[in-house]
Amino acid sequence: MTSPPNPPPPNPPSAQPRYPVRVDLPAHANGGPNGDTPDYPGDPISEPYATLTAVAPAPELPSVPMTAERLPRWAGWAVPLGFTLGGLLALPSGISPGLVLPVVMIVSAAFIYLWSRSVEGARYALDRLVTAIVTSAFLIAMIPLVSVTWTVVDRGTGRFDWDFFSESMRGIVGAGGGGYHAITGTLIVTALACVISIPIGLLCAIYLVEYGKDNRLSRWLTFFVDVMAGIPSIVAGLFAYALFVHISGPGVRMGIVGAVALSVLMIPVLVRATVEMLKIVPNELREASLALGVPTWRTIAKIVIPTSLGGIAASVTLAVARIIGETAPLLITLGITTGTNFNPFSERMATLPVFAYTQNQTPGIARNGMGPPGFDRAWTAALILIMIVMALNLLGRLIARLFAPKTGR
Amino acid sequence: MAKRIDVDQLNIYYKDFLAVEDVSMNIEARSVTAFIGPSGCGKSTLLRSLNRMHEVIPGARVEGKVVIDGQDLYAPNVDPVGVRRSVGMVFQKPNPFPTMSIRENVAAGLKLNGTKLRKATIDELVERSLVGANLWNEVKDRLDKPGAGLSGGQQQRLCIARAIAVQPDVLLMDEPCSALDPISTLAVEELISELRQNYTIVIVTHNMQQAARVSDRCAFFNIAGTGKPGKLIEMGPTQKIFSTPSVKATEDYISGRFG
Repeated sequence: MTSPPNPPPPNPPSAQPRYPVRVDLPAHANGGPNGDTPDYPGDPISEPYATLTAVAPAPELPSVPMTAERLPRWAGWAVPLGFTLGGLLALPSGISPGLVLPVVMIVSAAFIYLWSRSVEGARYALDRLVTAIVTSAFLIAMIPLVSVTWTVVDRGTGRFDWDFFSESMRGIVGAGGGGYHAITGTLIVTALACVISIPIGLLCAIYLVEYGKDNRLSRWLTFFVDVMAGIPSIVAGLFAYALFVHISGPGVRMGIVGAVALSVLMIPVLVRATVEMLKIVPNELREASLALGVPTWRTIAKIVIPTSLGGIAASVTLAVARIIGETAPLLITLGITTGTNFNPFSERMATLPVFAYTQNQTPGIARNGMGPPGFDRAWTAALILIMIVMALNLLGRLIARLFAPKTGR
Repeated sequence: MAKRIDVDQLNIYYKDFLAVEDVSMNIEARSVTAFIGPSGCGKSTLLRSLNRMHEVIPGARVEGKVVIDGQDLYAPNVDPVGVRRSVGMVFQKPNPFPTMSIRENVAAGLKLNGTKLRKATIDELVERSLVGANLWNEVKDRLDKPGAGLSGGQQQRLCIARAIAVQPDVLLMDEPCSALDPISTLAVEELISELRQNYTIVIVTHNMQQAARVSDRCAFFNIAGTGKPGKLIEMGPTQKIFSTPSVKATEDYISGRFG
């Protein structure tokens, strides 16, 4: 008998043990009075027991109740609301709102924490405290967004009229004129940047995920894409300018130069986002296709890309949104002009960000009790830019939904 | 159709790790061969090396020979894409293409291979394959619905239909029923017994009863310990492996004493 018996099951103390319970036997139980000679030599049953010690019954654990007292349901919103009202009452005394807001947030969080702790216990109190912190952080993060949107809409609607969409600035000195040339310029340059970047970015991402598979080249590529993502936009503009100086001579200003500068900024964003999208395509789909005898490139073109098309479209729109508002590189490479130019391969072009910038720099002279007309045009240009980005985002979501893999019956 | 496979002294590696050591076996044409053994013993690895799917994993490589009807699959002039066309594979998890309808899923192999076929031909092949996979009656009214909308068992039969649509010589199945309920398992097993008449089938399974039910011959693999390579312990007619195996480890495994 070499192996010990099965360990006893964790019986409740009152239950009858189903297996032999390990017990301490007196020293003579398995030996003579001196413990040297066993009473029953080679007894197969008593032998192993003698060497084992008793196992105490498991200690009682405190019982956990399944019900607990909770705060009233309105506590979550009523407490911050009450303190906000208190803060509003304090405002007329001349205290800065920038001081009242954090005080209201901190006092509400502290109040709900202490109240909850006294009623609900430590776990719920911590939950409520973290909820308060997260909500406060969200509200603080919303401040700049709401503020920018409000200001741009408020001041941009002044010139948001038909003229702005149909007239350029050619021959305009005072009020009037519009951003038609800048809108077309932005659309042309951005479209050209997409034509350059999307094939390069997508193919690069496809190489990294589908072919590179962490080999040396793909590791270097990933590294340089990361470096590229950190290039300041003004440097990208200088690069594109310097490149075209070699081709067309000094002082070059063309749409294509700006498109190249924007591509330098767009490609890394596109590659990183597309790589993530391709990575989430399940490997089983690639294997299923390969096992059917489908060549790798067709597997990519017909299985991997369609499966991730929604995500890729979203990546493209995000990358476009990233570059469409760039000002500095376009200021260097395109300059500004007052007339409409549809040809990106010759002469200067106006774009919305640069238009807004120059209108703000040289707003003209205030007349007839109106402010300088350039300010209004600059705000409207900013409003249109925001609307284009928003439209692109919505378009990206729409495409993502249209091309999402079908699962319905 | 239906070719025999001879494996000769095959070693399979993941980078430097020897996963399967020195396997030699003969797989008969028009029969079902089952690979059984504990997890991690290299059954799936060996199966994947039979149609060169193994090398899809970075760093994976193979030494030795796999001969299908006189042609060594690992000869330098062999195109893995061509190998996979004649040796089809069904995976553990049903994996219909999510962007495609049921019809497109079955036709995927035909279309993506680049073979130019008339639409009528493709429709006929789709119907044949679905009938062959015992799925036609369930889906004939909704061929244009997404394949991902079928139940798990139907999806797996769809994947089998997709695999047989390209008319391979050999069908490899990697635990095809492990994600299915007993009724779907029964449907797939019946399908395997029907397909046996036209195909050479190799199936990896953890289910002893399934191996006993569907296979003609059975190969038992074992592993000496973690980090050791898997080895072929014995192979023979299923009847013999399950009644009078010649190796003690086989008997222990089959009777459930370990593994």
